[in-house]
Amino acid sequence: MTTARQAGLVACRACARVWPMGHETCDRCGSRLRSREGKSLQRVMAWWVVGMICYIPANLYPMLVTETLVASSRSTIVGGAIEIAHHGEVLIAAIVLIASVLIPVGKFAAIAYLAITVSRGSRNTPLRRQHIYEIVEFIGRWSMIDVFVVAILSALVQLSVVASIHPGPAALTFALSVIFTMLSAKSFDTRLIWDTPTEQGPVHP
Amino acid sequence: MTQTIGPDDLAQLIACPNCDELYQARLPDEGERAVCHRCHTVLIQTRETAGRRVLALSIAVMILVIAAAFFPFLEISAAGIGNRVSLLDVATSFRSGTLVLVSVASVMLIVLVPLIRTVLLIYVIGPIELHRPPARYAKRAFHLAQELKPWAMTEVFSIGCAVALVKVSDLARLHFGPAFWMFAALSIFVLINDRYLCTWSIWNAIEDTQ
Ligand SMILES: [Zn+2]
Ligand SMILES: [Zn+2]
Repeated sequence: MTTARQAGLVACRACARVWPMGHETCDRCGSRLRSREGKSLQRVMAWWVVGMICYIPANLYPMLVTETLVASSRSTIVGGAIEIAHHGEVLIAAIVLIASVLIPVGKFAAIAYLAITVSRGSRNTPLRRQHIYEIVEFIGRWSMIDVFVVAILSALVQLSVVASIHPGPAALTFALSVIFTMLSAKSFDTRLIWDTPTEQGPVHP
Repeated sequence: MTQTIGPDDLAQLIACPNCDELYQARLPDEGERAVCHRCHTVLIQTRETAGRRVLALSIAVMILVIAAAFFPFLEISAAGIGNRVSLLDVATSFRSGTLVLVSVASVMLIVLVPLIRTVLLIYVIGPIELHRPPARYAKRAFHLAQELKPWAMTEVFSIGCAVALVKVSDLARLHFGPAFWMFAALSIFVLINDRYLCTWSIWNAIEDTQ
């Protein structure tokens, strides 16, 4: 078991080619070479904080404003999901709640956990933490469902007098929050997970 | 580990992009995949026909994305008034400041990014499959295609259509338009395409023929 770094090499994360340590750009694909992304954790936490700042108003302000002949109603993310559940569509309500609440909150927690355990160490194996990272990367995009729903409904429901739908301010801050947390996850250099000493004693040469 | 490795040997090595583990690059047997022992990342997956399949699927995806942008994906009717929207309508429904940003971002993630990504893949893989020298800027094009991967959200949009349909069911009657079914098919094509796409083999092909 040898890592590229232990062999005095630097690996390209884009194309998996290796070069002697100190080589700056990959001659095969043109990527910038870094044995470990030094500022990785700072960038992860910076995007994380911006994402969190956008996520709070996304839950407080209305996502969707519906105007009908008789009434005008505003619904937040959670409020909208509860409305759907009242129509008896429990499955769809569950999809919205999972995509807009469970996934974002879980993502914030998972990224923070991964970043903290890089420096502090963890009882979980690197393999398990790698899997957590892969799940975070895979599910992050699904949070965009509610934003797409707002864009679709706003364009679709313009039946002038009968009904019309507008996006609320939360639609924008929620979309930004999803984008920033995706950037946060992307900034994380997973090789840092594997550098931490696993069993007794450091693995480093 | 202090054995010296010459520059020519370096081309024979492969390092796991996720955990930095070093391996001798060896083509797996047909239909099998070379997987990192430590973190289980797929390193190489070659299939005889993979390149051609990726090319064919990418062309199909490109045509479908363009067509799907123009056809309506949802139709609505209420009190004798009807409306139908395509993604082109979503992109141009400028009624408020927030809406402009939300619709532009949505259309980029649903149509523009997947379209650019498939065009880039065709541009890079086409010449390789036809045994021609790689296209100009093939490196940059393939790089960009890989960078764009998480931002192409056609499958998320398909589920969004279903949610939208239920959400206004008490206001009006909604139906799926032809573009919805195109997006559903697209999502599956993109999934299969990414399963067949072997990044390592493509970078190798770009390097070898330079
Ligand atoms: Zn490279
Ligand atoms: Zn690995």
